[in-house]
Amino acid sequence: MEFGFAEQIGFRALSLLTFLPSLGALIMVLFMRGRPSAYKATALVASLATFALSVYMLTAFDSSTAAFQFQENFVWIENFGINYHMGVDGISMLMLLLTSFLSVIAIIGSWNYVKDRELAFFASLLILETGMIGVFTSMDLFLFYVFWEVQLIPMYFIIGIWGGARRIYAATKFFLYTFTGSVLMLVATLAVVWWYGKESGALTFDILTLQNAGFPSNIQFWGFLAFFVAFAIKVPMFPVHTWLPDAHVEAPTAGSVILAGVLLKMGVYGMIRFCIGFFPEATVNAVPYIMVLSVIAIVYGAAVSLVQPDMKKLVAYSSVSHMGFVTAGLFTFNQQGIEGSVLQMVNHGILTGALFQMVGFFYERTHTREIKDYGGMARPLPIAAAFFSLFVLGSLGLPGLNGFVGEFLILLGVFQYMKVFAVIASLGIILGAGYLLWMYQRTMFGELTNEKWLSLKDLSAREVLTLVPLAAMSVVIGVWPGPFLEMLHAPSLEIIAKVEPFMAQQHSLVQMASTFLGGF
Amino acid sequence: MNYVLPLIPALPLVAFFITLFLGKWWLKDSAHWIPILAMAGSFVLSVAAFLAIRGEEHAMVVELWRWIPVGDFQVPIAFQLDQLSSVMLLVVTGVGTLIFIYSKGYMHGDPGYYRFFAYLSLFAFSMLMLVLGANYLLLYLGWEAVGLCSYYLIGFYYHKPSAASAGKKAFLTNRVGDFGFGLGVMLIFVTFGSLDYLHVFEAVEHGGTSEGILLAIGLLLFMGAMGKSAQFPLHVWLPDAMEGPTPVSALIHAATMVTAGVYMVARSSVIFASAPTAMLVVGAVGAFTAIFAASIGLVQNDIKRVMAYSTVSQLGYMFMALGIGAWIPAIFHLVTHAFFKALLFLGSGSVIHSLGGEQDMRKMGGLARKIPFTYWTLIAGAFALAGVFPFAGFWSKDEILGMNFKGGGYIIWAVGLIAAFITAFYTFRLIFMTFWGESRMDPEVEKHVHESPWSMVVPLMVLGVLSVGAGALLGIPPEGGLFAKFLEPVFEPANQILGVHHEAFAAIDVILMIVSLAVALSGVALAYVFYVRRPDDLPQKAGAISQPLYKAVLNKWYIDEIYDATIIRLTIDGSRWLWRVVDAGVIDGAVNGVARLWDIAGRIVSPFQTGRVQNYAVVMFVGLFVIVTAVIVF
Repeated sequence: MEFGFAEQIGFRALSLLTFLPSLGALIMVLFMRGRPSAYKATALVASLATFALSVYMLTAFDSSTAAFQFQENFVWIENFGINYHMGVDGISMLMLLLTSFLSVIAIIGSWNYVKDRELAFFASLLILETGMIGVFTSMDLFLFYVFWEVQLIPMYFIIGIWGGARRIYAATKFFLYTFTGSVLMLVATLAVVWWYGKESGALTFDILTLQNAGFPSNIQFWGFLAFFVAFAIKVPMFPVHTWLPDAHVEAPTAGSVILAGVLLKMGVYGMIRFCIGFFPEATVNAVPYIMVLSVIAIVYGAAVSLVQPDMKKLVAYSSVSHMGFVTAGLFTFNQQGIEGSVLQMVNHGILTGALFQMVGFFYERTHTREIKDYGGMARPLPIAAAFFSLFVLGSLGLPGLNGFVGEFLILLGVFQYMKVFAVIASLGIILGAGYLLWMYQRTMFGELTNEKWLSLKDLSAREVLTLVPLAAMSVVIGVWPGPFLEMLHAPSLEIIAKVEPFMAQQHSLVQMASTFLGGF
Repeated sequence: MNYVLPLIPALPLVAFFITLFLGKWWLKDSAHWIPILAMAGSFVLSVAAFLAIRGEEHAMVVELWRWIPVGDFQVPIAFQLDQLSSVMLLVVTGVGTLIFIYSKGYMHGDPGYYRFFAYLSLFAFSMLMLVLGANYLLLYLGWEAVGLCSYYLIGFYYHKPSAASAGKKAFLTNRVGDFGFGLGVMLIFVTFGSLDYLHVFEAVEHGGTSEGILLAIGLLLFMGAMGKSAQFPLHVWLPDAMEGPTPVSALIHAATMVTAGVYMVARSSVIFASAPTAMLVVGAVGAFTAIFAASIGLVQNDIKRVMAYSTVSQLGYMFMALGIGAWIPAIFHLVTHAFFKALLFLGSGSVIHSLGGEQDMRKMGGLARKIPFTYWTLIAGAFALAGVFPFAGFWSKDEILGMNFKGGGYIIWAVGLIAAFITAFYTFRLIFMTFWGESRMDPEVEKHVHESPWSMVVPLMVLGVLSVGAGALLGIPPEGGLFAKFLEPVFEPANQILGVHHEAFAAIDVILMIVSLAVALSGVALAYVFYVRRPDDLPQKAGAISQPLYKAVLNKWYIDEIYDATIIRLTIDGSRWLWRVVDAGVIDGAVNGVARLWDIAGRIVSPFQTGRVQNYAVVMFVGLFVIVTAVIVF
C-alpha cells in the first residue's frame, strides 16, 4: 500500500470527507431544531468544508499513477472478508470534486426553496452527499453496496416529500427502477464473492483483489449482465431511462441538480469499476451492443427533447442524450473516448446542474415550467437570460466552453472505433442545438407573453452566487481542460490495458458489424 | 511576432469583457470607445504583421498552450501567420474598424448600445481566432464562435419574433454544415495524426494518402463552408439574417464571417488540389449559387435583401474560382467584395437611417439630392459590384471569369457571365429605385430625411475610395499584380500539385475583359430602361409575361417552404412519435405493466397473510409434510 493516507496526507482524509456532511446533518438534527438560520448555516458550512477538503486533497494527489490513493484499510467483518477499504484514483477524485462542488451549489440554491420540514430537507441533502462520496471512495464491494443503498433513501425522500404534484408516482418509480438494479447487483456480488471464495479458499469483498480474479467466461457473462443492467438503469441508458424524466420533473430543484449532476454518474462509474474491472472479457464482447444503445440514446434523447412542452422535462431528456455520449465514449476503449467520457461526466454535471438550477429559479418566480407560458423573459430578467444562454451554449457544445471538449473527444474516440457511429452521434449534436436554442428562443426571446412577468425580479445576489462558480468552471474547462485531463491519463491507460488482451477477438466482430452497416 | 500575434485577437476580447461588464452601469453612451480603440489597435498590429510576413516563404507559428492533450491527440492554442492569414487580418481589422466607427452613429440611442458593441467585439475576437488559428480545431472554434456572435447579433432585437427565429435559423443551418466540418476534422486527425495545418499539408504534399480519403475530407470540409458561406442548399439563413442591425449585415454577413468558408477552402488548397472531384463540386456549387441567388436578388424589394442575395451570389463567384484552382483571384474577390459590399450595406443603412427605418425600395425614390454623400459613395459601390471598369469588383471578377475560360471551364464561365449580367441589372435597379425618379416616400417620412452623421459618412467615403481604386491598385496586371505576388508563397504547393504554370498577360485576356465589361454595362443599361425610362409599365409587363417563373423567383424558389414541409416537418413529427408512442406507450407501458403484474400477484397472495397463527401452522405443517415425503420418495 504505497498510497496510504498516512504517507500522503497525514490524516484519514477520505473518511473525513465521507462523513463530514453527515456529521453536519447530525449536529443540525440534534441541536438546531426550529432555528432555520442556524441549521442552514451549518449545512452550508459542512458542505463548504467538504468541498474545501476535496480541493485540498488535490494538492497531495499524484496524477501520474493509476494506483488508488489516500488508502484506508481495516478489517470490518472478518468472517466474510469484508474490509473498510477506501481509496481514489483520478476518475473517482474528479467525481469527488464534482460531488462536493455541486452539493454546495444545491444547498445555496435551495436556501429559500422549501417551506415544509426544512431541517429534514437539508439533512437529507447532507446524508445524500455522504452516500455519494462513499460510493466513489469505496474499494470494498460490500462497503460500496452499503453506500449505494444509503444514497438511494434520502433521494427517495427528497423526491417523495418535497417534490411536485405527482411526486409519489415519480419517487416510487425511481425507487423501484433503481432497486431492481440493486437486487441484481446484490445477487451478482454474492455470486462473484462466492465463486472467488471457492477458488481461493477465503471470502473477500476487496475490489482490487476481485479485479484480478480472472473470472471464467460463464461467471463473466452473468456477472457482467447483472452489474451492467444495474448501472445502465442508473445512467440511464436507453431503454431503461423512463424513470428519469418523471423523477426530474417532480423533484425539487436541489434534487434535480444532484440527480443529474452526480447520481447518474454513479452508473457510469460503476461500469468502469465493475463491468470493465471484474469482467473485461464479457465487456469487450458486449461493446457493439452498448454502442448501439448509446447512439440510440444520443439521437433518441435529443429528438424527444425537441418536442417537450415542459422545460424541466426537456432538460431531463437531454440528459439521456448526453449520457449516451458518455457511455459511447467510455466503451470505445481508446484514450480520447475514455477521457472524453469521464470529462463529459463532469461537464454534464456542471451544465445540466446549472440548467436545472435555472429552471428552478424561473419556476420560483412564475410557478410554471411550460415553455409556452414563457416568452420575452430576457426583458424583465436580463441577468438570468445571460447566464441561461451561457449554459445553453455550453450544453450544445460550443467550442471554448466545457461541453465541447468532452463531446469532441468522445466523438473522436467513437470515430476511431467505428465511423458510422460517429456520424449518427453527430446528428445528435445538430438536434442538440435545435432543442436548446428553440427552448431558449421560446422562453427568453420574442414578445412578452404575460404582462405579469414584467414585474418579476431578476436574479438575487444569492442566486447569482450559485451560478457564477458553475459558469466559471464551464469556461475554465472549456479553455484549459489540461489539468482535468491529466488526472485521467493514467486511469484511462489502465482501462485500456485491462481490456487490451480481449480486443483481438473483438476486431472481427467490429468488422462484421461495420460491413453490415456498410462501412463509411 | 511572439507578442504581436496573440495581441491581435486579445485586444477585442478584452474590449468585450470590459464592455459587457461595465457597459450597462458605467460606460453607457460611451460604450463605443473601448471597442473602437481595441479594433484600431488590432489593425495597427495587423499592419505590423503584414510587414513582417511580406516576402517570407515560411509561415510563422506561435504556440501559447496545449488546449486538449489526450494521448496522441495534442491540440495547441497556436497562431499561424502567413500571407493568407495576413490578408484576412487586414480585411477583418480594417473593415472592422470602419464599421465599428459607423456603428457609433447608427446605433446611437439604442437601449442595447453597450450590448451591441460587446457582441461586435466578441465577434472580432472570434473572427481573428478563426483566421489566425494554426490548426483545424481552432478554425472550428473560431467558426462556431463567429456563428454564435452572428446568432446574437441577428437576434439583437430579440423581442421581435422574426429576429429571434432568424438567429436560430442561422445557427441551426450552420450546424448542419458543421456536422460535416466536424467529421472532416476527425477524419483529418485519424488520417494524419495531427490537426496542425503545416503538418497536415506536408503530409498531403508528400503523397501516399488515398484520393478517396482526401475527397471525403474535402467534401466534409466544404459542407461546413457551404453553411457558413451560405451556398446552395444551405443559403437559406443569410437573407433572414438581415433582421440584424445594418452594421452587422455589413461586417458579419457580407465582409468577413460569410467569407470564412472561402478562407477555409483556400487554406486547405493542398487538400483540394489533391482531390479534383472535390474541386469540381466546389466550383459547380459556387457557379450554381451565383446565378441562383442573383435571380432571387432580381425581384426583392427590401433594399437589404437585395444585398443579401447579392452576397450569396458573390460568394458563389469565390467558390467558382476555388473550384478551378484560382486561389488568388478567389481571395482577391473576397477582399474587393469586402470593401464594396460593406460599402453597399453601410450605404443602405445610411438610407434606412435617414428614412427613419424604411427598407422597402418601393417607398423610396429621388433621394440623390437629399443625401448626396450616401448617394455618391453608393454609386461607387454599385459600379464595383456590377463589375464596371475600372472599379474594384471588375478586376477580381474578371480574373475569376478569365481563369475559368482559360482553364476550359466554359460552362462555368458562361454561367458566371450571365450572373454578372443579372448582378449589374439588380444593382442598378436598386440605385435607380432608391435615388432616381420621383419620390414615393410617405410625406411624413420625407419631411425628416437627413444626411447621416459624420461617424457614418466618413467610413462610407473610405470604403468608397477603396471600392474605386483597390482593384486597379492591387490587380494590374491581372493574375500578376501586387496582390498575386504577395500571396504566391501560400498557394505555391497547391499550384504545384495542379501543375499550374503562370501565363503572361495576353490578347485573350483583353478580349475577355471587354466581354465582361460589355455584359456589365448592358445590365446597367437594361436597368436604366426598366426603372428610369419606363418604370410605370415595363417591370409589370416583364413580370406578367414570365408569370410562373416570376412567382417562383419571388418566392425564393420555394426552398424555405420545401424545407419546412420535409426535413423540419419530419423531424418534429418523428420526435413526437418517438415521445408519445415509443417512450410513453411502449417503454413506460411495459414498466407500468410489470408494476401492475406485481400488484395483481400481491392481490392473489395477500389473502394468505391472514395474521392468524393457526392458519400459518396448518400451512407449515402441510409444507413440512410435502417436503419430508418428497425426500423419502426421491
